Amino acid sequence: MTAARWVRPAAWVAGLIPLILLVAGAFTGGLGADPIEYVTLRTGFATLLMLMVTLAVSPVRKWTGWNWLASTRRTFGLCAFFYVCLHFLTYMVDQEFSPAIILEDIAKRPYVTAGFTAFVLLVPLALTSTKASIRRLGKRWQKLHRLVYLAAGLGVLHFIWLVKSDLRDPLIFAAVFVVLMALRVRTWMAGRGKKARPPAAPRRAAMES
Amino acid sequence: MIIKKPEIPSSEITPEATYLSRRQFFGASAAALAGAAVPALAACDTANGAGKTAALDTMDAGPQRDELTPLDDVTSYNNFYEYGTDKEDPARTAPGLLKTRPWTVVVDGLCDRPGRYGFDEFVRGTRQVDRTYRLRCVEAWSMVIPWSGIPLRDVIARARPRAGARFVEFTTLLDPQQMPGQRRSVLAWPYVEGLRMDEAMHPLALLATGLYGRPMPAQNGAPIRLVVPWKYGFKSIKSIVRIRFTDTQPRTSWNLSAPREYGFYANVNPEVDHPRWTQARERRIGEWRRRPTLMFNGYPEVASLYSGMDLRRNY
Repeated sequence: MTAARWVRPAAWVAGLIPLILLVAGAFTGGLGADPIEYVTLRTGFATLLMLMVTLAVSPVRKWTGWNWLASTRRTFGLCAFFYVCLHFLTYMVDQEFSPAIILEDIAKRPYVTAGFTAFVLLVPLALTSTKASIRRLGKRWQKLHRLVYLAAGLGVLHFIWLVKSDLRDPLIFAAVFVVLMALRVRTWMAGRGKKARPPAAPRRAAMES
Repeated sequence: MIIKKPEIPSSEITPEATYLSRRQFFGASAAALAGAAVPALAACDTANGAGKTAALDTMDAGPQRDELTPLDDVTSYNNFYEYGTDKEDPARTAPGLLKTRPWTVVVDGLCDRPGRYGFDEFVRGTRQVDRTYRLRCVEAWSMVIPWSGIPLRDVIARARPRAGARFVEFTTLLDPQQMPGQRRSVLAWPYVEGLRMDEAMHPLALLATGLYGRPMPAQNGAPIRLVVPWKYGFKSIKSIVRIRFTDTQPRTSWNLSAPREYGFYANVNPEVDHPRWTQARERRIGEWRRRPTLMFNGYPEVASLYSGMDLRRNY
């Protein structure tokens, strides 16, 4: 199926809005008194936002029948990866690229362990996001990309574990994540009831959730 | 390093003779500074243990310079959860909502001269001092701020605490109309903090009424707040309405919120990490590189208050 040609560029623009806001902030002094902390927070927030949007594409598509949404999922997923890279880079700048400090953080601070693991999990997903990879991996692509659920869950934990006392935003993300997962469980359980059907071609299977 | 020139009127810069005599008054407590000409230089001296009198026109060129944090940053980057939990929230909302006059401070508890004071009454009859202090937040960022105010010990002496008064408890205004953040229970309101009596009587403890030569901005805890520079910033309670002398250790807000993370003492200590992050390094606002955190935030003159105490257990 061919999506309208505007969908993917529009998705890229939407996905890069957080970046545009950050860059604009940098030029207008809107990054505040501690720019590194501000950029770290905003890129982390953008990562979680994009992950949730990515996870929402398939349920929304099923619910609305808007199949043109299908081509946005990879875009938003890659945007999430872009922001997590920025987030990790900013964190490393904050720690002055000191391996000792960073390794200690990853080993000893649970919220960093969770965040770093989530980042690592997203790397193979970004690397195998191309059509060629989908073709090459076949059914394994589907299984590999289920790691996004674990990555998103770890990302939410990372946020919950780092706030001092205001759990409002982290818990909102947690609630959204739980709902998106619940919808998938429902779809999966419904699918099991129809196991008699022949398996779909690998490419289309990858496009479904 | 980003070096921004703070604008200090020359009237704020204390003549050298007065500056030196104040340093003599405090002896080893070289944190008593006046004016911005040598911001926190004496505190640098203290950190190095040098104790030498510094000339007014030279800055110590060592790696740990303490430059004043620009006024813009001091007044726009605040943890004041009564006005929201984002750093920019208090500057946005507090000035329009916080009514600093009339202001009442109640002094009560185990003392012989309790009282209800209006703001002017409260500060009248005490010494006005200018103190430039480092302020170190538990989140591992810090600033250098030129405060003005009245020494806490003068206020305590005036109240004549009784022998059984082992602690001083402070309370912030409770008014969700003026402080919309109090409508959410991110912390138990009103905000409460406390000091051991000897900590409260230490010359460094300041009841600040202004900064950078102007009255305390709303977002910084107008009209009167505590500054305890050797402790994490959450001990420096803002917008104080009550000072109570008590024989039991006060139940402080952050300790109630997360007892394993925020203790009563909360002395700045690079060797005792927060359970979730390290306290060994801090970001000085305005600088790009982090710097090592100093024991007692670089005020070793308070160490004698804690001799023999296990500061890991009494965090």
